[in-house]
Amino acid sequence: MSAVEQPTMSRRGWLLSERPASRWQASLGRAYATWRRFLANRLGVFGLFIIIVLLSIAAFADQLATYSPVAGDLKNARLLPPSAQHWLGTDDLGRDIYSRIIYGSRLTLVVVMLVAVIAAPVGLLVGTVAGYAGGWTDSVLMRVTDIFLAFPKLILALSFVAALGPGIENAVLAIAITAWPPYARIARAETLTVRSSDYIKVVQQMGASPFRIVLRHIMPMCNSSLIVRVTLDMAGIILTAAGLGFVGLGAQPPLPEWGAMIASGRRFILDQWWVAAMPGMAILIVSLGFNLLGEGLRDALDPRSSDQ
Amino acid sequence: MTAALYVEGLEVVFNLFRALKGVSVTVEPGESFGLVGESGSGKSTLLRAIAGLASVASGSIVVNGKTLGRRRDRDFYRQVQMVFQDPYGSLHPRQTVDRLLQEPLAIHSIGDSENRIRRALDEVGLGNGFRFRYSHQLSGGQRQRVAIARALILEPSILLLDEPTSALDASVQAEVLNLLEQVRRDRKLTFLMVSHDLAVINHMCERLMVMQNGDAVEQLAASDLASGRVGQDYTRRLLKASEGFARGRQSPSERNFPELKIKSITKQQGEHDETRPGPGRIERPSA
Repeated sequence: MSAVEQPTMSRRGWLLSERPASRWQASLGRAYATWRRFLANRLGVFGLFIIIVLLSIAAFADQLATYSPVAGDLKNARLLPPSAQHWLGTDDLGRDIYSRIIYGSRLTLVVVMLVAVIAAPVGLLVGTVAGYAGGWTDSVLMRVTDIFLAFPKLILALSFVAALGPGIENAVLAIAITAWPPYARIARAETLTVRSSDYIKVVQQMGASPFRIVLRHIMPMCNSSLIVRVTLDMAGIILTAAGLGFVGLGAQPPLPEWGAMIASGRRFILDQWWVAAMPGMAILIVSLGFNLLGEGLRDALDPRSSDQ
Repeated sequence: MTAALYVEGLEVVFNLFRALKGVSVTVEPGESFGLVGESGSGKSTLLRAIAGLASVASGSIVVNGKTLGRRRDRDFYRQVQMVFQDPYGSLHPRQTVDRLLQEPLAIHSIGDSENRIRRALDEVGLGNGFRFRYSHQLSGGQRQRVAIARALILEPSILLLDEPTSALDASVQAEVLNLLEQVRRDRKLTFLMVSHDLAVINHMCERLMVMQNGDAVEQLAASDLASGRVGQDYTRRLLKASEGFARGRQSPSERNFPELKIKSITKQQGEHDETRPGPGRIERPSA
């Protein structure tokens, strides 16, 4: 809109303008500045590239896969090594590992996204409310958080899945239940640093309700550290999901879940190494991608560097 | 006529420490009242207790004839607004000026925000060009102007000022003080102003109270302060300390606070980069 009114100004100049003319331009400009900081970190960009590749693989799995991910050729194609027909070999049921990994990317993404969508808001809410309210509310909420933190993640997830029943949905729930406590801690720590600051006092003095203060003034301050932490945790979530799949409590056969694929390849690991190694590589690369992306985001979103 | 602000025997206790020991003060409508004293004398605490940011142990606060309870109601927050000392800390770092000014209107569900925001920015001498900036894109003086605009946008009758210029450098100080003077004249506001700078108080206030260790030492008129007609030893010492750099043996009246005078004459309000003088009197819907 404004770009049309000022045709002489370059798009970059418009984005980085010191005098934005609209709300829209101001927030776009801020996003662009963050993006440029992010671009300065080569490894972060590489991580983003991996994640984009993963997203497009998941989106175009039907076109990319060369065989069916679930139906195999038991008679002719059992445990074949990588070759021109089967790029990454075949497993013990004669299924093409490459196609299974391609389809498995969808499961991985679904698990990661669902866990992030469930756990991050819960953690954010618990942490900010505890931090802002203080007193009894804080003690109760934080002791509950401590109880969840007291168990090793995988063990707790295992017991939840055992109680809820195996399956990918329950695995997502179980991982989300174990993933939120660290987010609550981070959000609370951030809240404690901003709750006594003047700009929160100002809105208190304007008569804002505690609900409004937490939602509109404190949460935005916690967002960036939370986004970084969630991104870095995604690798862990993938590993937990794979771990659940590995012990048979996550995705159920014949779903091409990477962890379950490794589990089924375990029996042939010495003679037919590719059955376990290929999905393992996939997990490794995607985890690496999320970690690098998280590191890059940390540099780009760090509130201490962006405020001044 | 009822006093704009009437405080009786106010006590504030922090962890068994009595920060305020029964202070009483009366501020008339339209008056500018100063609070002076050394650090830790309780002047800021008094302001915060009135604003509702420090819990009151005993005593009463009456605003425009209405006694305040433990919980302040919305009406109170519309009548009494506060400007904080540090403009670098009092603006939310993730919000544009527009959002900052919108917030009080949203809290009190006041409509017509578009015009109000534009008017508020005009009034403090910031044009519309500043409207969508983030606070880190503003200078200290511009930030304090935004803070003042935010306090004024609710059209309060009392403004609490907690050392509004002490975090600003000297040239910007006079600018902000002049702006405050002007809005007080235009809107007939009541000021309660804390400062450790006697020159600022002398310039801005008609009456003042000297405080020490959470107690009121004495109340005097600004003219008494300027001519050195003070009743208490402590006040005299405070005056002397503030004169630290006075040349020769001038009395405070002869000295006449030259720095401030010179500053307010030479540094015109609109000189500061893109800020321009506000139109002064602008139409406001009569409340």
